[in-house]
Amino acid sequence: MQYIHVASVPFLDVVESSEQPIAFRTTRGRGDRVYRGFGYGAGWLTLAIMGLIGGFLFYQSLDAFRYEGFTFFTETRWITSVSGGRFGIAAVLLGTVVIAVVALVLAVPTAIGTALFITEYAPKRIRAILTSLVDLLAAVPSLIYGIWGAAVLEGQVVYVSRFLADHFGWFPPFHTTSLAGSKVPTTLTDFTASAFLAGIVVALMILPICTAVMREVFAQAPPGEKEGALALGGTRWGVIRDVVLPFGKGGIIGGAMLGLGRALGETVAVALIISRTTDVHNLLQILKTGGNSIAALIARSWTESQGIASSALMAAGLVLFTVTLIVNAGASFVVSRSRSGAATEI
Amino acid sequence: MTMVEERVPAAAAPNVASTLNAREVSAWFGSHKVLDRVSLLMRPNEVTALIGPSGCGKSTFLRALNRMHELVPGASLAGTISLDEVDIYRDAVSVTEIRRRIGMVFQKPNPFPAMTVSENVIAGLKLCGLKIDRSTKDDLVAQCLRRAGLWNEVKNRLNDNGGALSGGQQQRLCIARSLAVRPDVLLMDEPCSALDPTSTRRIEETIAELREEITIVIVTHNMQQAQRVSQRCAFFLAGENAPGHIVETGPTEAMFTNPQDQRTLDYVRGRFG
Repeated sequence: MQYIHVASVPFLDVVESSEQPIAFRTTRGRGDRVYRGFGYGAGWLTLAIMGLIGGFLFYQSLDAFRYEGFTFFTETRWITSVSGGRFGIAAVLLGTVVIAVVALVLAVPTAIGTALFITEYAPKRIRAILTSLVDLLAAVPSLIYGIWGAAVLEGQVVYVSRFLADHFGWFPPFHTTSLAGSKVPTTLTDFTASAFLAGIVVALMILPICTAVMREVFAQAPPGEKEGALALGGTRWGVIRDVVLPFGKGGIIGGAMLGLGRALGETVAVALIISRTTDVHNLLQILKTGGNSIAALIARSWTESQGIASSALMAAGLVLFTVTLIVNAGASFVVSRSRSGAATEI
Repeated sequence: MTMVEERVPAAAAPNVASTLNAREVSAWFGSHKVLDRVSLLMRPNEVTALIGPSGCGKSTFLRALNRMHELVPGASLAGTISLDEVDIYRDAVSVTEIRRRIGMVFQKPNPFPAMTVSENVIAGLKLCGLKIDRSTKDDLVAQCLRRAGLWNEVKNRLNDNGGALSGGQQQRLCIARSLAVRPDVLLMDEPCSALDPTSTRRIEETIAELREEITIVIVTHNMQQAQRVSQRCAFFLAGENAPGHIVETGPTEAMFTNPQDQRTLDYVRGRFG
């Protein structure tokens, strides 16, 4: 046994010499351990599958990268020939982005309006019905949207397209030249199978996810702040403008980006609607016949491609995979950092 | 039940605060009756304190006074509430106008966190659709913050976020925000219950100053506070299965020293509730 001579050892020293952080120990029961193991396992498995897909795409596309080099990212042509061909992602990626942007421009305001109506205006009874109706839009198979767009919608949209081109042609994206040559006036057939049409259909397809995210966020707008705004004599619109929208900003951006991720990857509907072109000028005229999309390119060319052409499609897939991954990660980053998003999962 | 009901002539002179008069007000949530025929005259230049145990209908009554009660789905109301000579539920005055004239400060400070301090002060004008030019804006911001007793603490932080202030400062910011729309009446629902003693004292001083211009109705659970800030008290009580009603009203002094009803005495002495 040791004695400490209090007289000779200052009290503080005693305290300091014994000041050792405690190692926290948690004893976990068996059920807890099993569940933890299961949870960790499932989490890692998801990451592993993601990594494997990315790795597989990268490995398969190496041949194409070696063949085409860096011009894979700058070349606009995509030509498959017996002697090898040229494979460039530039025009296809541009076409993908054009369709996605058209879809977002149409879907985001509609989604904001729908979400606001459901959370702020609709009577309680109608709210549930509307919510499930919007969600039901997501349950319609992509293929159905595609054939509906090509067979039904196109015949109506060409008139809208021609109207926009005739009256708002000064707005660069709406400027349209005839397929037969720039001197020839446009006809209705110049507006078929356009990026605009594909964008409308994709907008319908991403509307449910955008609306769902925004609705969830708007519904969480703090009641205290809403009451504060009402008590100041605020109108319903004032409350939305000053409380709900500022609060839901993160959800709006997140919902839009999540929609963008889907829009970029949308395949069958786009493949059925657009007539593919790699002419950059044509791609930038959104109303005009002709568009492009990575997913549609792969879907349409996969079966008849082999060797270097199929490796090039893998490379295109890798680009799509990377872009959507970045967009989705960006979306969850924006949402989780915003005030409203902290409690929302997307 | 003792009812001290007195009539005063309607305030006629300009710059005199308004009178708020509740007659036979009953309130329900769905089929559940929470208030039973409450009558109360809230006089100009006086602070009326609503006291009573939790769940006796004070807050419901307060929220009925500026038509916030009806925001709860299924809520209903009977009786008459008039602001000077205007029946706030029946006359052709818009609900937003009523709420602008009868302001409210809540238990939990609720500044708009995305707005700066000065934007918070003038938020009500924007919400009411009132336009204001730049120089008047700065004057109004300073004036309202002074009246709310917050100016000295925030005059160099006007562009900070409203949410960055302390709880007590946020509550005074909410008072300043209410004052900016020039209300005739200010309703306060336990405005100090979430605040520390120093902030509470600042708010009580603010209430004392505002009384000169505005009719104030305050719900409080703090008997000392009721004694310090109010000139008149109304004691609310709800029975086991009976809705809340007013047991007694009177000058604060009398209510605390010599109430007519034994239950009032028990309550203000802290014997129940």
